This record gives sequence, structure tokens and C-alpha cells, in this order.
Amino acid sequence: MSEHFPALQVLLPVLTAPLCLLLRHPTLVRVLSLAVTVGCLGISLALMEQAREVGTVVYEFGNWPRPLGIEYAVDTTNAFVLVIVSMIAAVVLPIGCRNSQVPEGREYLFYSAFLLCFGGLLGVAITGDVFNIFVFLEISSLATYILIAMGRDRRAIMAAYSYLIVGTIGATFLLIGIGLLYQMTGTLNIADLAVRLEDVKETRTVIVAFAFAMVGISIKLAVLPLHHWLPNAYTHAPPVVSAFLSATATKVAYYLMLRFIYTILGAGFVFDVLQFDVILTPLSLAAMFIGSLAAIYQTDFKRLLAYSSIAQIGYMTLGLSLNSELGAAAGIVHLFNHALMKGGLFLVAGCVLLRVGSTAIVDMRGLGSRMPLTASALVIAGLGMIGVPGTVGFVSKWALVSAALDQQAWQITVLILLSSLLALVYVWRLIEVMYLTEAPEGAERREAPPLYLIPTWILVLASVYFGFNTESTLGVARAAAHQLLGGAG
Amino acid sequence: MTEGAALIDGGARLAAMLPPGWIMMLGALVVPLLRGPVRQGWMLALPVLGLFQMLALPLGSEMSATFFAYELELLRFDSIARAFGLVFHSAAILSVVYAMKNDSALEGSAALVYSGSAISAVFAGDLITLFICWELTAVSSVFLIWASGNERANRSGMRYLIVQVGSGVLLLAGTIIHYAETGSLAFDHLGLVGFGTGLIFVAFGIKAAFPFLHNWLQDAYPNATVTGTVFLSAFTTKLAIYALARGFAGTEILIPIGAVMAVFPIFYAVIENDLRRVLAYGLNNQLGYMVVGVGIGTEFALNGTVAHVVAHVIYKGLLFMSMGAVLYRVGTVKASELGGLYKSMPITTLLCIVGAASISAPLTGGFVSKSMIVSAAAEEHYTVVFLVLLLASAGAFLYLGIKVCFFAFFGQDRGFRVKEAPLNMLIAMGGAAALCLGIGMFPGTLYGLLPYPVDYVPYTVSHVVTILQLLLFSVLAFAFLRKAGLYPPELRSTLLDSDWIYRRMLPWINDGLAFAYNRAVDRGLGPARGLLSQVMSTVERIHRPDGVLGNPWPTGATTLWAAIMLFALLLLSY
Repeated sequence: MSEHFPALQVLLPVLTAPLCLLLRHPTLVRVLSLAVTVGCLGISLALMEQAREVGTVVYEFGNWPRPLGIEYAVDTTNAFVLVIVSMIAAVVLPIGCRNSQVPEGREYLFYSAFLLCFGGLLGVAITGDVFNIFVFLEISSLATYILIAMGRDRRAIMAAYSYLIVGTIGATFLLIGIGLLYQMTGTLNIADLAVRLEDVKETRTVIVAFAFAMVGISIKLAVLPLHHWLPNAYTHAPPVVSAFLSATATKVAYYLMLRFIYTILGAGFVFDVLQFDVILTPLSLAAMFIGSLAAIYQTDFKRLLAYSSIAQIGYMTLGLSLNSELGAAAGIVHLFNHALMKGGLFLVAGCVLLRVGSTAIVDMRGLGSRMPLTASALVIAGLGMIGVPGTVGFVSKWALVSAALDQQAWQITVLILLSSLLALVYVWRLIEVMYLTEAPEGAERREAPPLYLIPTWILVLASVYFGFNTESTLGVARAAAHQLLGGAG
Repeated sequence: MTEGAALIDGGARLAAMLPPGWIMMLGALVVPLLRGPVRQGWMLALPVLGLFQMLALPLGSEMSATFFAYELELLRFDSIARAFGLVFHSAAILSVVYAMKNDSALEGSAALVYSGSAISAVFAGDLITLFICWELTAVSSVFLIWASGNERANRSGMRYLIVQVGSGVLLLAGTIIHYAETGSLAFDHLGLVGFGTGLIFVAFGIKAAFPFLHNWLQDAYPNATVTGTVFLSAFTTKLAIYALARGFAGTEILIPIGAVMAVFPIFYAVIENDLRRVLAYGLNNQLGYMVVGVGIGTEFALNGTVAHVVAHVIYKGLLFMSMGAVLYRVGTVKASELGGLYKSMPITTLLCIVGAASISAPLTGGFVSKSMIVSAAAEEHYTVVFLVLLLASAGAFLYLGIKVCFFAFFGQDRGFRVKEAPLNMLIAMGGAAALCLGIGMFPGTLYGLLPYPVDYVPYTVSHVVTILQLLLFSVLAFAFLRKAGLYPPELRSTLLDSDWIYRRMLPWINDGLAFAYNRAVDRGLGPARGLLSQVMSTVERIHRPDGVLGNPWPTGATTLWAAIMLFALLLLSY
């Protein structure tokens, strides 16, 4: 059984999705989906365990050896991503599709779309085949468009539409890149690609392939000038979807970037020959500042979170652009840490939306007394965004700062610290509104139901717990980075 | 084993697992759930328990934890840490008693977390732990200011927070650089040896309110709540003194810094009208003595510093408590509005006089502690510093002690007929006053707690006579100035000292620049306004939801950017 875990990891959600369509019974579908996400979480943890033991778990479909067959290859890096994705899914899914446009009795549509998106993301992370990556990326993206369009008002449809256009452009770019690589090497298997590319690396075709693939992935990752789809999509999607996507979708894209740079093309080629960091570093720094500044001036809580995500993605790509093991580890650990914080914050937005009926910041006045548990969850997760010690945010920032210092990049260190002051400003705005202003006349004093609060607090408490217990996050991230960089030289 | 014994045993083992201060921090989390007398009892029990736990620890105890790859020393229990721990716990107990009637759960928990984190900072054996506690004190204490609930306090609290967090950031940066330079995170003697320790020095200096880094103190303390100021006065700055004594003892530059600190606040104290602000200046002035003591760095001087911290925490707390009581009953502490309160608040008056006398009069805490630092300066032949400190001591007594007592309780009777301070406040003030006098009359106990052996006798004839002469002279000077009408009248005004630089001069320069710019513009450079505000408003404009960067662009723009990025990538690789 356990040797089939890699296949089950993806097949379970992908096959359950059509099953949900057939079953239709609300409770049954709900329970089934929950069971699947929890099962996937268990499988991903087991895979992580196996990968830590043997290095890379390889699963060959139909026992066809590479490069003939399709294989799944799990090393520490993607096992970590699998754990993040399935963990967030298992935590947020119980809330279900409340506060969305899904009509009563049609919940099964939401669950099958969610499971497809979930399975697609897992597939991107687990597969060892570049074409497979494209296929799974499309599966998850198409499901994502549906999920976003389920938001409460019409703007959600517009947001989903523009994400559809931009996302498709991104996927196409990626496909062009993959196609060019295939043209040069005749293989789609990642491990095989890495070997065969050695001889043809300096050719123009491979360089063009790289450029296309990177731009494609950057769109999915929402790297600064390509980020425009993100704020609208996250703002208008149902809260659970925002929480899930913000915590997983960009993370998987980041994983893809790591995989393409370190495993397929090799860091030496990407950074020394192609000088990718010349572009990536300024974009990351710009993202950190522009994202945070835009967050400061937003008037809507969810949109504020979306812009802060852009800044946080800047931190991740900055770690990557440092081109060192420490830098990659900082990026990888921030995947996990940011997933906890931002997932928690979007769930807080869900609580607010449920009780207040809007996520406009002016409507959150006096929330500290109206919804004390929700407001305090926001404060704790917000402290993480600032990077206060004792929260995961500090772990990330620490890892990133020490990576920057390791490269003697003083200016970058200073900029990182400055930009975290901007996070202080936008979190402070929220605290001020919630605690230091009076609630509007006649505002309802009602806490969100446990169904919302429990997942929210799980993520928030985890963001504190992993601020102290860093072995299972930063330790694993460092091991992953070591394996990633060691494997590709 | 009986159940009770098991419980005690379990409690003891739990306590043994926690470094001092943590009981208060963890216990503070429960405070909002409690109500009424239960909460009051709980809040008092926490520092008392913490004190007992600390006293139960043998000297030399250690406790460590692993954080990342670093071994953190959560507990280093040596004699200097013990002295600070003791006075911090006592201050916490007195302040909690003083704040007993305060019903705000937020303020109560913030105060406990604040005191607890200051205590655990004192026991931190490495720079990371110190940094964490450092930031915790900053973040928790700001709520004591915000709890005042007015716009002025909100703004002042924000300035306070920015400065304090800034100090923490400097500390962290310094720590990382220091680690990169030396590979050590231990918080032992650092000395000004490199860029990293330089940053750490500035971080400590901000919290210790060095000249020109001090404004947060006079800005924030008077704006905190009645009870909040009492907590604030005890911990933040003294924690910084501890950190300086631990890391930078014997750093010569501290001596002139401290001497300047001991003198300049007095001038501001003379003209300041808000009596809590006067006390804040006095606090700054006394910190100067401690900084000098650290700078001299001999065993004797360090002993003096620690002794003065102990005495100062208690008498300054007492003074803030009495002004708090006045504020609580009368509603103002403006010198120009107060007077004649001794009739209605006799006990508070008496206790305040004890506090004021404790600044340097014989038989009080200030006499036996401060004189050690002054003597140390003389012993090491810092003659100028010695004279400056001696005079500052008279000045401090004149303007802090006499002024505060005189204007609040005597002077012109303004007709306030209020009740005496509440019982819990009186108990806290009484306790503090008893400690002041106890230390002054039986200095042996205090000296026994100091980090190094003491063979100093404060009560020699010449010393007592010198101090008495100085004090009598300052009383005389005060009386003369009053009679002659030369004493600066108490004006209703906001006093700006070097925060003038950022609250007045920068806007002024900005206006000047704008003016010059406009003049230049008028001569044909095109239309524009003040340069700085221009930049700021531009930043806001483009990041607002309707601005370029705060607003999602149309899909076409993203596509264009994708093309540009593709082009840039290709361009780079050719």
C-alpha cells in the first residue's frame, strides 16, 4: 500500500471530484471531501517521512522506466509543498462554501471544483514530468477560475475572467517553454531533461525556453509586474477559496520556479550565464515595497491581504534570487509560514464577512469588542506578518536576513527590515480600527460560529507554535534546499 | 505522597522549568478571563509568586533552549541579575497594588507582560533572548500609554512604539552582525569593538534615553494612564541600564554622555509645567548618574549603579505614584493649576515628601546609592564629572523634589477639596516610602545584594555635611527665587526640547525648502510645491486603491508586462 502513496496522493482527490458530481447529496459529499483531504494530508506526511529517509521516492506508472513512462518523484522539497497544500486544504475545507453564490443544494459543485483544484496543485508538485506539470496546472487553474467566480457578488465573475485570461497566457508561456525544451532534448522527464540539457545548454533555443517558462511561472506566482490578477481574485473569491489559494496556489508556482532553476537548468546556468537575478532581485524588492505600500492604503481588508501577499511573494523570490542554499531555504520555509499566516488572515476575513456583512475596513470598527476571538486571531496573525519574534514571520525573516548577510548583501538586509516596518503600518491600521475606535451604532455583537473559528485558530496557533518549534519547518526547508542545490550542482 | 504535597511538588517542578518573569507573562494571559477580586488577587499573586520562585533559585542556575541552531540561554542567574530581578519584582508588586482599582483587563495584562518580559530580559544569557524580551517590553508597554484613550496619547504611544521597536531592530541588526564577526551570541561584556557592537550600543542608548535619543521618554510617560506611568517608570530605562552595565561596563564614552544626561534635563524640568513631565525629566537626570557609573566601570562604580537603580526605581515610582494620585483625584497635574493640596491629601503629601527627599537627603535610599557613583567618579579622578554630578544632585533636588512637592501640595491654594488617595494607592506608596527609608537607614542590606563586595560607609561626617549644605542651599535658592519673583512662572505650554528637531525644525526646513523651491519655480522652473510633501503625496496617490499601483490594471497591461519581462530576460542572456 505505502509504495502506491505517490499515485494515491493525486488520484484520490482527482477521482473523488467526479464522484461528488454523481453523489450530489450535500452531507455525503461534504464528508467524503473532508475524508479525502484528511487522507491526503496523511499520505503527504508519510511521503515526507519516506523522502527524508531515502532521498527521492520514485514512482513509475505501470512500471515503465524513465524516460519512457511517466514518473512521480518526491524529494524533500516537493514533499514539503505537498504537506503545505494538503494541510491547508484539510483545515479550511470544513467551512465549506458559505458566503458564496453557490445555491442551496448545489454544494457538490463547489466540492468537486475544490477537489479538482486541490488534486491539480498536488499533481503539479508531485510529478516528475514537465508535460504532466502543464496538464495538472491547467486542471487546477480551470477549477480555480470556477471557485473564484463563486464569490458573493458579480465582481467575482469579472475577477475570475481576468484571471482566466492572464492565467491562460501564463500556462501558454510555460507550455511554449516546455515544448522548446522537448524539441532540444526529446524528453519530458525532469531527471532525464537535466542530464540531456547539459550538452545543449548554451543554445539559443534553451535560452528562449527558459525565458518563456520563467515568465509563465512568474505570472502564476504573481511576481510584481505580473501580479495584477491576484488582488481582484483574492478579494472577490469566497473566503475559504481565498484562504486556500493564497496559501497554496502561489506556493506551488514558487516550487515550479525552484524546480526549473535548480533541477532542470541548473543554478550555475540560470544565475551566472543568464543572470536571472539581475531581473529577479529588483522585482522582488519592488514587490516588497509596492505591495506593502499598496496594502497600507487599501480600504478593504481582503484587498489589503492580497496586496500584502504580493509583498510576501517578494520575500520568497528574494530568497531565490540570492542564489544560495540559505536563500532557497528561506524561500521554502516562508512558503509554509506564509501559508499559515495568510490562510489564517483570510479565514478571519471570512468570519468578518459572515457577521459584519462586508470586509471594508471602516466596517470593522470596534471589532475588538464585537468579535473578540476573531479580532485577537487577526492580531496574532498580524504580528506574524510584521515578523515579531515568537511567530513564524520572525522565523522567515530571520532565515531571509541571515541568507542575505551570508552573501554580504547589506543593502538588501536593510531593505528587508525597512519593508517589515511597512507591514507594521498596515497591521497597525487594522488594530487601530478594531480596538481604538468605537463600534458603529447598533452594530451586532456576535462572535463567528465555531465552524469558522476553529480552523482560523488552528492556523493562528500553528503560526505561533512553529515560531518556536523551528526544527520541523526551517530544519526541513534547509534539508530540502540542500538536496535541491546539491542535486543540480 | 499526599495530594497537597504532590501539588506543591508539581508546582515547584513547573516553576523550576520556567525562567523568572515567565510566570507573570503566562499568568497575564489569564487576566482578561477573570473579574473583580479574583482578578485583583491573581494579579497580585503573580509577581509575588515570581519573587518567591526567583529567590528559590540558587546562584549560578542556568537554563537553555534550542531555537534554530542556536543554544539560547534563557536563564543566567548571577548576582547582578539577582539584584535587578529583586528590584523589578518589588516594583511590580508595588505597582500592581497601586493599580489594584484599575478595571481595565487590557491594561492589567499589558502591565504584567511588560514587567515579566523586563524581568526575563534581565536573566537572558544571550543576545537573541535579550532581543525577544526587549521587543516584548516595547510592544506590551505601549498599551499602557494607549489605555489613556485620548488622541494625544494615541499619537504619543505611536511615536513611543516606533522608537522602541526601532531600538529592537538596531539590537537585532547589531546582534546578527556581531554574530557574523565573532560567532558568539553570548551576552557578556561586549565593548565598543565593531560595527555590530556599535549598533547594539545605540540600541541600548535609545532605551536608556541618552541625550538626543531621549525624547520618547518625556513624550510618552506623562501621557500614559495614572497607573501605567508607574509601571513604565520602573522598567524600560532600568533594563537599558542593566544591559549597558552587562555589555559596556568601563566604556569611557559613557562618562561624558552620562554627565550631560545628568545636567541638561534639569533646565527643562525648571520650565516644564506638567508635573509628571517634570518627573520624567528627573528620571532622565538620574539615569545620567547610572550611565556615568557604568562608564567608570570599576567594581565600586558598578555597585553604585546597581544600588542607585534599586533606590531610584523605588523613589521615582513613589513620586510618580503620588502625582498619579493627584491626577486621579484632581484631574490635572499642571503646576499652574495645582496648589494647597496638603489640606485634603495629607498622607499623599507626606509620602511625596519622603519620595522627594529620597533623591539625595541623608537617611534615604538616594543618599546611600547616588553617593557611591559620585565617590567612584572622585576616586577615579574624574574631577569635572565629580563636580557636575554633585551640582546636578543639588539641582535635581531643587527642581524635582521641591518643585513637585511645593506646587502640588503647598504654594497658592487653588481651593481643591478632594478626598485622600484611595487605600490601595496609599498602601503602595507607603510600601515604597518604607523601602526608601529602610534602604537609607540600613544600607547594609542593600549593599549585601550588590554584585561585588562593598566596603563603603555612606554616613561619614563630611559626606553628610556636604550633602546637607547642598540641599539647604538649594532650598534657599528656591525660596530666594520665589521671593524675588525670578522663578520662571508656570506657563501653560507644550515644552519641546530636542524633539523640537523633528516636531518643529523638520517641518520648518520643509517649509523653507518649499518656499525656496517655489521662489525658484516662480522664476521659471515649472509649477511645484514642497518637495517632501510632494514625494509623500505621490507615494500615497499611486498606491491608493484608485492609484496606479494600488489598483488592478487591465488584463492588457499585464500581458504587455509579460512581453516586456520576456524581452528583458532574452536581452540579458544575449
